[in-house]
Amino acid sequence: MRFELMYDSFFKIIEGIPLTLQVVSISTVLGLALAIIVALMRISGRKSMTIPAYYFVYLIRGTPLLLQLYFVYYGLGQFSLIRESIFWPILKEPYWCGIITLTISTGAYSSEIIRGGILSVSKNFIEASGALGLNKIKTFLLITLPITVRQALPAYGNELILMVKASSLISIITLMEITGIARTIISKTYAPVEIFLVAGSIYLIINFIIVLAVGLAERKLGTVKAN
Amino acid sequence: MFEVFAFGSSGWGDEMLMGALMTVLVSASSLLLGILIGILFAACKLSNIFILKITANTYTTIIRGIPELLVIYLLFFGGSGAVMYIAKIFGYDGYIELNAFTIGTIAVGAISGAYSTEVIRGAVNSVHKGQFEAGKTLGLNGYGLYGRVIFPQVARIALPGIGNVWQITLKDTALISVTGLVEIMRQSRIAAGSTHEPFIFYTAAIILYLVITRLSNILFDKAENTYSKGFVSKGAL
Repeated sequence: MRFELMYDSFFKIIEGIPLTLQVVSISTVLGLALAIIVALMRISGRKSMTIPAYYFVYLIRGTPLLLQLYFVYYGLGQFSLIRESIFWPILKEPYWCGIITLTISTGAYSSEIIRGGILSVSKNFIEASGALGLNKIKTFLLITLPITVRQALPAYGNELILMVKASSLISIITLMEITGIARTIISKTYAPVEIFLVAGSIYLIINFIIVLAVGLAERKLGTVKAN
Repeated sequence: MFEVFAFGSSGWGDEMLMGALMTVLVSASSLLLGILIGILFAACKLSNIFILKITANTYTTIIRGIPELLVIYLLFFGGSGAVMYIAKIFGYDGYIELNAFTIGTIAVGAISGAYSTEVIRGAVNSVHKGQFEAGKTLGLNGYGLYGRVIFPQVARIALPGIGNVWQITLKDTALISVTGLVEIMRQSRIAAGSTHEPFIFYTAAIILYLVITRLSNILFDKAENTYSKGFVSKGAL
């Protein structure tokens, strides 16, 4: 163990934390919006909505994230149509390609969590709400949504951890976040174990904070009694 | 557009298929290694020995909380060193270099093992206590009890979970392309680079992954049906 190296590299690696957190939070927020849309499409009952939503989720869940990242970063840039379009200033940046890919990925995975949450809301609640004279939109906003949030929270906490882990892949398209910096130091110093311990601990701490925060939110929101 | 996928030396068709075969091979060997690790650590988690429990919990927490890519870098850069260090203890002083397949299998197997541990632990826990007691009453112990009575039941319950682990493992093998193993991901990168057609080759890679996922889904469904013969299906309950 080279403790001095670990100490020095710690201060280099923590410089990557802001980028990791930034990419994770932007894509989580955008991905959540996408997930809600996809989940509502899946449960809409209309074939023109459910089929595209189903295949979107199938496509994203069936392929590796790295491949999706390459597809967006290298694949799309091949066409002059895209290179000349207004999206090019965004699509040529690895930063935005990373965010777009992570958004799409978490959108697909979270849509399943949200769908499960919505389906877990008891029919009795919906009927009771109708009996009280609430219309469909009010029922969704006041009854279905709060229960869904509570039911989906534990699974969504897992998804957040997966997002932090997944964000390490953007280091492959040249972005210097935690893993990117760690890799650079490993190839310079050839001390894989030491750097792994430092970078790994940083990830564990970030994820531990997420676990604590989600646990706190779960307690705050209370439990939903079935039926 | 499709001439780039010609077989032989003029196109990339056979290379891409070989890449797919490599993905399946490395995924399957990682899954097997992962199941072995999973059985070992599930036993540790279920034991009453504190140090074993702590070791198994640390392992699963680390793997589930740290990016797969970091684990792969650790083994890619440190794997050969570790093997040489162990070899030195046994008196071998030469240079050992692990090939990309071995490193990939160990890395993805270690990741897959953490998920398998949880699946197997859950399956063992869901076997009814009476089964253990009945086995002991019949005078069975060791292999007789665990191998003949408990294991077949655990295998049946764990199968759907192992199916999920397989999907995760399959996708994780894409990451070992960064170490140079020529599987689907690496092969399509090489082909995309030399033909300047990244879109086509990454689309082909997507299709290959989806085909492998679909086929393995069918296989796992079949296996589940076979092993749950004689049990009441979920729908009937």
